[in-house]
Amino acid sequence: MAADDDEIWTDEKAGRLVRPYTVSNGRTSPTNKLDLLSMVKATGRSARAQLDPDLALALHLCHDPTPVVEVAAHLKLPAVVTKVLLSDLIDCGAATTHAPRPAADPTDRSVLEALLHGLQQRL
Amino acid sequence: MAYNNDSEAFPTAVKILIAGGFGVGKTTFIGSASEIEPLSTEELITTASVGTDDLVGVEDKSTTTVAFDFGRITFASQHVLYLFGTPGQDRFWFMWDELCTGALGAVVLADPRRLDASFAAIDFFESRGVHFLVAVNEFDGAFHYEPEEVRAALKLDPRTPVVLCDARDSRSATTVLVALVQSLFSAARPT
Ligand SMILES: Nc1nc2c(ncn2[C@@H]2O[C@H](COP(=O)(O)OP(=O)(O)OP(=O)(O)O)[C@@H](O)[C@H]2O)c(=O)[nH]1
Ligand SMILES: [Mg+2]
Repeated sequence: MAADDDEIWTDEKAGRLVRPYTVSNGRTSPTNKLDLLSMVKATGRSARAQLDPDLALALHLCHDPTPVVEVAAHLKLPAVVTKVLLSDLIDCGAATTHAPRPAADPTDRSVLEALLHGLQQRL
Repeated sequence: MAYNNDSEAFPTAVKILIAGGFGVGKTTFIGSASEIEPLSTEELITTASVGTDDLVGVEDKSTTTVAFDFGRITFASQHVLYLFGTPGQDRFWFMWDELCTGALGAVVLADPRRLDASFAAIDFFESRGVHFLVAVNEFDGAFHYEPEEVRAALKLDPRTPVVLCDARDSRSATTVLVALVQSLFSAARPT
């Protein structure tokens, strides 16, 4: 689902060389309503060459629908900062997401059935 | 904003929390059940300082970084299950609403040599009304308890399932998840 993260510029001692907030210009409130499991997908409608490296990498990670939390893990950035970056990509049309979904209902039998069936197949 | 209306294009992600005290085997469990090596990331959460409740209007909040790990299991049904490991040592995750929101349920891992390490997670899920089961990670059988002994020691509700597992074994970890989903089914069944 996500690509390798070799492209991140890190230093073994200092960790990531760019402070997380610099990446998002200090912003922590994304303009789009994203949660940790919101799926984001690149639309293919933007030239990656025109994007900041962090945005380009985030976009690259969302080639297939990928949740915010996986993008954050690969970018090595806090989830709040990752939400800002992904939100920027959505605003400029480079990526898209689904409408906010209601929280999974633990009593929704169709979801439980899909999980039960899927898990049992792994046994 | 323009959302993508073709929601078929996006798999449905659901989450189950893997909790318990420090070092009980949460990351090991996630790695065994997951199709990927556990990934880790962090979130910045706002924590209201304690003891300022009566100072109306006084801004006394700070942010704390909470690190967590997670794994993933993809199903053919367009559902993707994420397993979120709660931070072991850090109490701040109790203030992190987004972690619990939308979780189908939780596995509370317990180390039989120190069951009390998992009290805090049990109290938390009980108070939040999150459905959970307790899985005793047997650690090479260092200590063997019967599930009923664990239930008594942890003062669990009779409806909360208690199972034994080996967090290093993927079949065993998957069986725990099956037991959780089965108990969600029973809880969902109208009486
Ligand atoms: N012998 C044995 N060792 C285990 C088992 N489960 C976990 N361990 C070991 O116990 C240690 C802690 O396991 P982790 O999976 O890191 O525990 P954790 O709950 O994620 O720990 P924190 O995130 O630090 O709270 C590791 O060294 C594991 O290899 C088990 O079933 N048997
Ligand atoms: Mg861990």
